[in-house]
Amino acid sequence: MDLKYSESDEAFRSELRAWLARALPELPAHPGREDWKARRRFDTDWQRRLFDAGYAGLSWPREYGGRDASPSEQLVFLEETTAARAPNVGVNFVGLLHAGPTLMTEGTDEQKARHLPAILRGDEVWCQGFSEPAAGSDLAALRTRAVRDGDDYVVTGQKIWCSFGQVGDFGELLVRTDPDAPKHRGISWLILPMDLPGIEVRPIETVLGSSEFSEVFLDEVRVPVANRVGAENDGWRVTQVTFSFERGTAFVSEMVEARRLLDDLAALTADQVDRRELGHIAAELDALWALTKRNVSQAARTGSPGDGALMIKLAYSETRARLGELSLRVLGRAGLDLDAPEVGEMVEERLRTLSLTIAAGTSQIQRNIISERLLGLPREPMMTL
Amino acid sequence: MNFDLTADQEALRDGIRSRCVSRFPMKRVRDGFDRSVWDELGEAGVFSLRADGFGLADAAIAFEELGRALVPGPLVWGHLAAGRAGGITGGIDVVADGPVIVEHLDAIDALAVIDAEGVRLVPAAVIAGAEPAARPLDPLTPVHRVGRLPDGDRIGGIDLLTQWRLEGAVLIGAFLVGIARACTDLSVAYAQERRQFDRPIGSFQAVKHILADMAVRTEVARASVHAAACTVDDPQMEVTRAVSGAKLLAGDAAVTNGLAATQVHGGMGFTWEVDVHLYLKRAWLLGTAFGTSGAHADTVADCLPAKGDTP
Ligand SMILES: Cc1cc2nc3c(=O)[nH]c(=O)nc-3n(C[C@H](O)[C@H](O)[C@H](O)COP(=O)(O)OP(=O)(O)OC[C@H]3O[C@@H](n4cnc5c(N)ncnc54)[C@H](O)[C@@H]3O)c2cc1C
Repeated sequence: MDLKYSESDEAFRSELRAWLARALPELPAHPGREDWKARRRFDTDWQRRLFDAGYAGLSWPREYGGRDASPSEQLVFLEETTAARAPNVGVNFVGLLHAGPTLMTEGTDEQKARHLPAILRGDEVWCQGFSEPAAGSDLAALRTRAVRDGDDYVVTGQKIWCSFGQVGDFGELLVRTDPDAPKHRGISWLILPMDLPGIEVRPIETVLGSSEFSEVFLDEVRVPVANRVGAENDGWRVTQVTFSFERGTAFVSEMVEARRLLDDLAALTADQVDRRELGHIAAELDALWALTKRNVSQAARTGSPGDGALMIKLAYSETRARLGELSLRVLGRAGLDLDAPEVGEMVEERLRTLSLTIAAGTSQIQRNIISERLLGLPREPMMTL
Repeated sequence: MNFDLTADQEALRDGIRSRCVSRFPMKRVRDGFDRSVWDELGEAGVFSLRADGFGLADAAIAFEELGRALVPGPLVWGHLAAGRAGGITGGIDVVADGPVIVEHLDAIDALAVIDAEGVRLVPAAVIAGAEPAARPLDPLTPVHRVGRLPDGDRIGGIDLLTQWRLEGAVLIGAFLVGIARACTDLSVAYAQERRQFDRPIGSFQAVKHILADMAVRTEVARASVHAAACTVDDPQMEVTRAVSGAKLLAGDAAVTNGLAATQVHGGMGFTWEVDVHLYLKRAWLLGTAFGTSGAHADTVADCLPAKGDTP
């Protein structure tokens, strides 16, 4: 058990630091929230720069264009990019952090060859079409139908809360392929090209005042059977694989960013009571970073990140919510203006943070999962999560 | 960087755990601390771990198991004072002059006193006018009120004081993580066995969610204590921040889990018979040792940028 980075980790760190010092000043200004075309361009351009410099897909195998980096190098990467205030994954979130990893684990050779390098280069943006109006926490209740017709599935239904739907090239799509089977056994996981005829994307305005997610209407959309990931009707199992990445690893980059925000907030905080609360939150974020190191170390040894990974999302989003609330308390009336110089970003972050305990499985659902899978408590009657 | 327990550390943990299970069942723990407990832990090498070449991280692993079993006694002090004092050594961290509450006074040979200048050792026999509390908050930790502590012999200055405060906070933190863990285990077991409305109470979300939070709190605190221990062993990070964060989270986890366990046990949780109150009371007691949560939170905050700094 040790926390010391190796010499090669430190060498990687200084090389990366030097690269960031050159690359960041060349970046254009960050576009406005509602300008999705520009946001896509900015985020994918950054991804391309990372790729060209050899920093894309650190954890991905070389055959897909990744770096096959050690777990500790991945952590160093997050520490350094955050410290340097480099852009975060942005619209590349789904592709890089859960769709890509799902394809790597469950996809066919063709699917991997087609998508993985493109995701890494920033050529492909992904979104997620899981939730439906009547299937949120009870995701397996989803109704979007896929009927086999020759080499295609004909898909009809509605998805909702689709982040990056406006700019996505491909979607992770869950459909019902067997309406007669028990609800978890009739689902399939498809790759949905977002430019197929019959797809309509309608942005939804969020509490931020911008449209961070969309409704997606599917009307007899013909999706090739070759786009199915995993066996027909085995999509619920593939979904759990996606969730293991989405809830386990995808949150890690968020977490380092929260530590930076905490420092920013500290620099505005004088009140002793508020500073004490900051100390509490800092201790929690430090501990979650340590827990991440533990998960990563365990995953390297056993292939599975262990119990800690199931807990990270819940613990982080709850701690982060407290940081958000504290930030408004510290800002006081200065926080009443979303465009205020210096502090506007913090207010916007407070609003965005409201979603963290909801997205990717609410805190209540995470508690159900932890108590049933980890602690072995009896299931809620009639519920499978 | 490999933050996983090594095979040796797992063996150490399992060894201490099985010794606790066989030698310190709750029936014996409820008898409180005496020389036999001290001698047995001494034979097991708990106090001499460091002299035997183990690090603070290893000691933390051992102390978590002792906490899980709720083994009574001035164990952390015994560990800190090993090699510097003979016999049973208790201790106290004195912030200001005036009357103090001393633990286990009747059972110890000497009292280590951390004061503003360092550490001194006071033979228990020369401590006069001590008044025992008839009803100590933690029934397994007898306390005396002492008007004034004699001077004793100075055994170290500021360096020792600093080292003991850091190591003491980490080891108490580890013990508290053990308490948090035990409270979770007791509650999960009870929630599976106790039935109401024709089903185990552990199938009700209102109960399950309490238990899930207990498990998460324990895991987060454990990571924090292990990180602090590793940092003290190899100070490449900010030592004070890591240690204060650990004591803070471990103390909060133990008390919060003790309270939660009381709730999950219903009326049974309010009885002397069920062990939960013993864990909770020790958590309260240890919360006052080696720095309170509030003080540690302030210490962490002092490591953050100050108002007006450019972060
Ligand atoms: C910012 C954001 C981005 C998102 N991005 C995507 C995306 O890209 N793709 C996608 O598919 N989805 C996305 N989602 C959807 C997200 O996964 C769902 O919102 C979430 O799973 C909750 O579902 P729901 O909104 O239907 O709430 P509901 O399921 O209706 O829940 C409402 C409340 O009831 C509680 N509740 C429900 N069932 C239970 C139960 N069994 N036990 C206890 N409490 C319960 C919930 O915890 C919640 O508090 C996103 C959501 C947000 C906020």
